[in-house]
Amino acid sequence: MLKLIVRRFGVAIPTLLVLITVSFILMHAAPGSPFSSERTLPAEVLANIEAKYHLNEPLWKQYFIYLGNLIQGDLGPSFKYKDFTVNELLAQGFPVSAKLGLVSFIVAVVFGVAFGVVAALRQNTWIDYTSMTIAMTGVVIPSFVLAPLLILIFAIFYKVLPAGGWNDGSFKYLILPVIAMSTHYISAIARIMRGSMIEVLHSNFIRTAKAKGLPARQIIFKHALRPALLPVVSYLGPAFVGIITGSVVIETIFGLGGIGQLFVNGALNRDYSMVMGLTIVVGVLTIMFNAIVDILYAVIDPKIRYS
Amino acid sequence: MKTKRLALSAISASFLAGVLSVSSVQSAEVPAGVKLAKKQEIVRVNGSEPSSLDPQKIEGVPGAYVTRDLFEGLVSDSPGGGTVPGIAESWSADKTKTIYTFKIRKNAKWSNGDPITAHDFVYSFQRAVDPKLASNYSWYMELAEIKNASAIIKGKKKPSELAVRAVDDYTFEVTLNKAIPYFVRMMAHYTTFPVHKATIEKYGNKWTLPSNIVSSGAYKLKDWAVNERIVLERNSHYWNDKETVINKVTYLPIVDRNTELNRYRAGDVDMGYERIALEHFRRLKKEIPNEVKVTGRASIYYYAFNNKRKPFNDVRVRKALSLAIDRDVVASKILGQGQIPTFNFTPNNLDGFVPPANPYAKMTQQQRDAEAIKLLKEVGFGKDKPLSFTLLYNTDDNHKKIAIAISSMWKKKLGAKVNLENQEWKTYLDNKRLGNYDVARAGWNGDYNEASTMLDLLTSNNSLNGSQYRNKEYDALLAKAKTAENPSEYYTKAEAIIARDMPVAPIYQDVTTRLIKPYVGGYKGNPLDNTYTKNYYIIAH
Repeated sequence: MLKLIVRRFGVAIPTLLVLITVSFILMHAAPGSPFSSERTLPAEVLANIEAKYHLNEPLWKQYFIYLGNLIQGDLGPSFKYKDFTVNELLAQGFPVSAKLGLVSFIVAVVFGVAFGVVAALRQNTWIDYTSMTIAMTGVVIPSFVLAPLLILIFAIFYKVLPAGGWNDGSFKYLILPVIAMSTHYISAIARIMRGSMIEVLHSNFIRTAKAKGLPARQIIFKHALRPALLPVVSYLGPAFVGIITGSVVIETIFGLGGIGQLFVNGALNRDYSMVMGLTIVVGVLTIMFNAIVDILYAVIDPKIRYS
Repeated sequence: MKTKRLALSAISASFLAGVLSVSSVQSAEVPAGVKLAKKQEIVRVNGSEPSSLDPQKIEGVPGAYVTRDLFEGLVSDSPGGGTVPGIAESWSADKTKTIYTFKIRKNAKWSNGDPITAHDFVYSFQRAVDPKLASNYSWYMELAEIKNASAIIKGKKKPSELAVRAVDDYTFEVTLNKAIPYFVRMMAHYTTFPVHKATIEKYGNKWTLPSNIVSSGAYKLKDWAVNERIVLERNSHYWNDKETVINKVTYLPIVDRNTELNRYRAGDVDMGYERIALEHFRRLKKEIPNEVKVTGRASIYYYAFNNKRKPFNDVRVRKALSLAIDRDVVASKILGQGQIPTFNFTPNNLDGFVPPANPYAKMTQQQRDAEAIKLLKEVGFGKDKPLSFTLLYNTDDNHKKIAIAISSMWKKKLGAKVNLENQEWKTYLDNKRLGNYDVARAGWNGDYNEASTMLDLLTSNNSLNGSQYRNKEYDALLAKAKTAENPSEYYTKAEAIIARDMPVAPIYQDVTTRLIKPYVGGYKGNPLDNTYTKNYYIIAH
């Protein structure tokens, strides 16, 4: 197991370096500069600004300046939000996205697994059909449709919940964004869980357990649930990263200050350091959580031994 | 109830040497009989996250709104659009009109209680042109013709050599290269706002954070959550605080207009941004007419022809395309928010200049179409030999709708084959700047309340002149207008040249459309949409 962990994290550094290099080149290759605006800046003003941000240096030099700062944990100044560094903006935005993501993730896993298990146990009954129809709808309904619909019903018609804002993530302000964010994942997890559970319930070792006369609860929770969770776990790794690094749609519709918005605005504004910083954060999290999923896999299923 | 009309002595309306002052509003004017709400708080939508709250670093409208509340300059724009005293209680110019002297209010204070002095303005003006700060708007000081600004920006002189000085603690003097009649009006722009030297020296780039900032306006910064909200509260040290009514302002950086509408309808927001989504406008105007405010704006929407590229280097082609645009259809059918169809490049609501009647405006659209067909035929284009080109616009639903409509007008009337090219903002800007286009969408909102803020755009050296139009006669007129006692005659001639050469096709004059709850009092739009929360009050509801 230790070997697995060391190996997984050992490849992370070169992977990240490739990611940084490719992102850096792509960002600078995009047309337009962080400082292009409707009124083209006079050459001397532009030169002053470019000098301030080292953009007057050759690209390779800019790359090494960036790497040098990165090693010291400095993601650089934001080219767009001039009063902040990228580190500061991430420090403000990440907790928002992470809190929203984490709550949505927990909600998605709890409800997704529960719905999936219930549907599998009541296979081909009205419960199964209803829950899977709802799940299917949840998968196909985009969040940019669901979120305004929720706002319309709960904030505008009934005025029971706020239409947006973060308010330090207080409960009332979390409800609608969490529903909008987790619906898709609840549905996806429920469908995976149902399929996997049905497969496990039809396997030989469950048949043996039944033949032995074990009670249904013990069969489900002790023997079936664990192996049935494996496909869900492998889905959860990348899903977790996606969900906690922010959804542009949800953050924009509800006016939350997470990093999802920073990412899109960064790309549109050619805020090089912002996009690079966020790419690195997402990259690190992706590598980390994929590794965690692999390790979890081994823990859940004793048959899997990577060593 | 805090009510007061400030009637300041108007000594002269002309720009002859002498003290100049204007009588107008500097704070909330609550009409008699209006009952104010106990809770004087307002939530405003701010379009997007400001790029900065540092007056010398801001660019863009969202930063400007917040900064006008946090800081005050020598002068301000009145709710109706005129110029009113700000931190300067009066000003005067010498006989040559190149030396301006501003008298700073003795009761003007920073939010920490320090007095605001002429030295603060010296520091801030020098800071704006300092290459080390690299302000995006340093060119504004050049445009204002402040002596040595240009050389300092180019690194040829030191910021300390900028021709501004503190004659004494309360007298600030600016020397210009040449007399420009609208200089004082330009001082309402945020780039010229004073900043607190000691705070900047202490905190550096972090001076604008809520815990550090010291400001000069009616409000001070309380809370700033990027991409979520900016909260301001009353600045008790503000010189006119006793006339301010609103205690707390919250700015929400909502980008999406539909989201804005939802928040407004849910009651989260009292005052919307400067634009109501087109698809909702008509319905809202019908459902809540007293909450939809439309104000004329100093803004022009136009199509720029690439004057250097064939066949657009032929005036007949440019004219034909311009004449064939049915501006009424664009303004009233596609937009329909009150936009005014126009052939002029100057909006009709700027101070001191009424654009002349354009000869083509008097014709019927059928006459214009016939003229367009004739002109294009002269060049050799027609339905048998179609004019083929690309129309460039940046990603936006309205631009797309307009481009589709105009290209079909060109196709139907002139047989032109138009390829529509939609590009993302930065890519579009780059291509426009480099002249990589045939015809491109363009628009401009005035920076200050004077016709040159628009007409300057088409001078040869202006960085906004993406149409590559070069005309020495036009340049000379604008140069003369800059120092003229009455620039209108030059502006009239400049408009005549635009009508003759048609380097661009003006299409419509824009409007500001805004949702405001009926209980928000004191809102009165102005052409630059330079609004200040200190002018508002919440009516009991």
